[in-house]
Amino acid sequence: MTVSSAAASNFRRVLDSGRFSFTAEIGPPMSGDAENVRKKARSLKGFVDAANITDNQTAIVRMSSIAAGYLAYTEGVEPIIQMTCRDRNRIALQSDLLGACALGLRNVLILSGDHQSFGNHPASKNVYDVDSIQLLDAVRGMADDGLFMGGSRLKTPIDIFPGATANPFADPRELQLIRLGKKIRAGAKFVQTQGIYDIAKFRDWMEAVRALGFHERARIIAGVVVNKTQKSMEMTALVPGMDIPESALRRMRDAKNKEEEGIGIALDLIGELKNIEGVAGVHVMAIGWESAVKTISELAGMLPRPSFDEKLEEGSWPETKQT
Amino acid sequence: MIVAERKNIDEILRMVEPYSNVAVVACGTCVAVSMAGGEAQALEIASLIRKKARAGGRDVEVTVTSVIRQCDMEFLDALDDRAEIYGAECVLSLGCGAGVQFMAEKYPYKIIVPGLDTTFIGVNRGLGFWTEMCQGCGDCVLEKTGGICPVSRCAKSHFNGPCGGSSGGRCEINADADCAWQLIYDRLKRINQTDRLLEINPARDWRASRDGGPRKLVRADVTVGDNDGE
Ligand code: SF4
Ligand code: SF4
Repeated sequence: MTVSSAAASNFRRVLDSGRFSFTAEIGPPMSGDAENVRKKARSLKGFVDAANITDNQTAIVRMSSIAAGYLAYTEGVEPIIQMTCRDRNRIALQSDLLGACALGLRNVLILSGDHQSFGNHPASKNVYDVDSIQLLDAVRGMADDGLFMGGSRLKTPIDIFPGATANPFADPRELQLIRLGKKIRAGAKFVQTQGIYDIAKFRDWMEAVRALGFHERARIIAGVVVNKTQKSMEMTALVPGMDIPESALRRMRDAKNKEEEGIGIALDLIGELKNIEGVAGVHVMAIGWESAVKTISELAGMLPRPSFDEKLEEGSWPETKQT
Repeated sequence: MIVAERKNIDEILRMVEPYSNVAVVACGTCVAVSMAGGEAQALEIASLIRKKARAGGRDVEVTVTSVIRQCDMEFLDALDDRAEIYGAECVLSLGCGAGVQFMAEKYPYKIIVPGLDTTFIGVNRGLGFWTEMCQGCGDCVLEKTGGICPVSRCAKSHFNGPCGGSSGGRCEINADADCAWQLIYDRLKRINQTDRLLEINPARDWRASRDGGPRKLVRADVTVGDNDGE
């Protein structure tokens, strides 16, 4: 899956080259303030390969992920556009895929989306015309077969690098792995995991993933949440599907300097994740604390990030452990 | 069966307030079983309307009558010679949405108002406890999902397995709600059909559901003459 076109996804090229990817996240504002997004993007520029742009996360109305993604793009940060199935039917989703493509936004992360009952519009209609696997299949169709879901032909197939999510801690594991396998069969080329705190459990999950060969068909990117405060960690623990072991909670509780500890916990995790076979990168989630990403990228030895415009010196970046 | 719930009494009182002769019509089928629109509930509502009218110093005639099924013209016809309907200015129907509408079709010049909120197609699971089981999607997939409906029982109508919010067998929206996909998985395991889970179920054709516009069913095998369903 090597891509040479100038407009191709940089993120994809990093993964294709076998380098350990490093990505972060930008949460669009609850306003139409472009500068808000630009500022966040500037704080990440040069420190990440790409940044996820969340799609009305927790069902709270925010600036559209494509609009915010384009703002990040103009600041030199390649976006990974998150797209949920919650709010748009297949007409709107396909239309937005064309729009993203036209704006030069090449990476899309497909997910179900948090139910609207969590957000600030619990009275809204719940769409789910398609589920995330069906949407991945639609992206694959539009990119590889040049066909819309309805069967008509696209003048030019879309150039999109599609990804999916996985939760290594959700049970039953067999069912979750079946579902991950379906996502990969439906076209997911990269997989971002839920935030990891319990490294032993994650290791165990990766073993199952490797046994199924999923890591050879899609790049597995490990999620790391960075907490600034004890409260933020406790809130993270309440997110559906999150699993924070008592040891991590205690470490934060006992810490004098919570910010330092939050970064320390993330760095320790990244140190471990880098050495797990089949992990192709880490994805740092530091929503509302974008400046932490710079510190982490430096201290975790992630700099400089590869640039495909320059001639690269081999071996300057941590390699993905693949066998 | 169709499960319904009585509307808030204040809302009912507001709807019937302008009228001096109100007939409360119970329905003896689904909504009677779900204890919302049966005769007992009709008598109770009637007495509340009378009480409210008396308190307001108004003179209102409130009658109660009942039919076996308001969604069936054959049974509705039985109302024709009843004085309650004949004299009523307003009919408060305790049928489901279909019953109320059929009543309005039958009596085009009468005021017909609903006494219930029709909620879902479901089952009774205990005293005063019903759950939704079917959304009438028009293209049943229960053979693929071990007899558990993903359309109505998964909060996101997923067709290919659970979302990331499924945890400990519970749905992300509510710790009291079962995750439909956990139920589907458990059941497929019991009947040795977990391979069903590997299939990628393609995007649905929602025309079979309400999304194609209001649905009509015409069966040639039981149609007489050129009945087009109208
Ligand atoms: S699949 Fe459709 S018809 Fe079958 S139970 Fe579910 S909603 Fe009803
Ligand atoms: S938790 Fe289960 S029932 Fe709830 S939305 Fe997710 S898959 Fe559906």
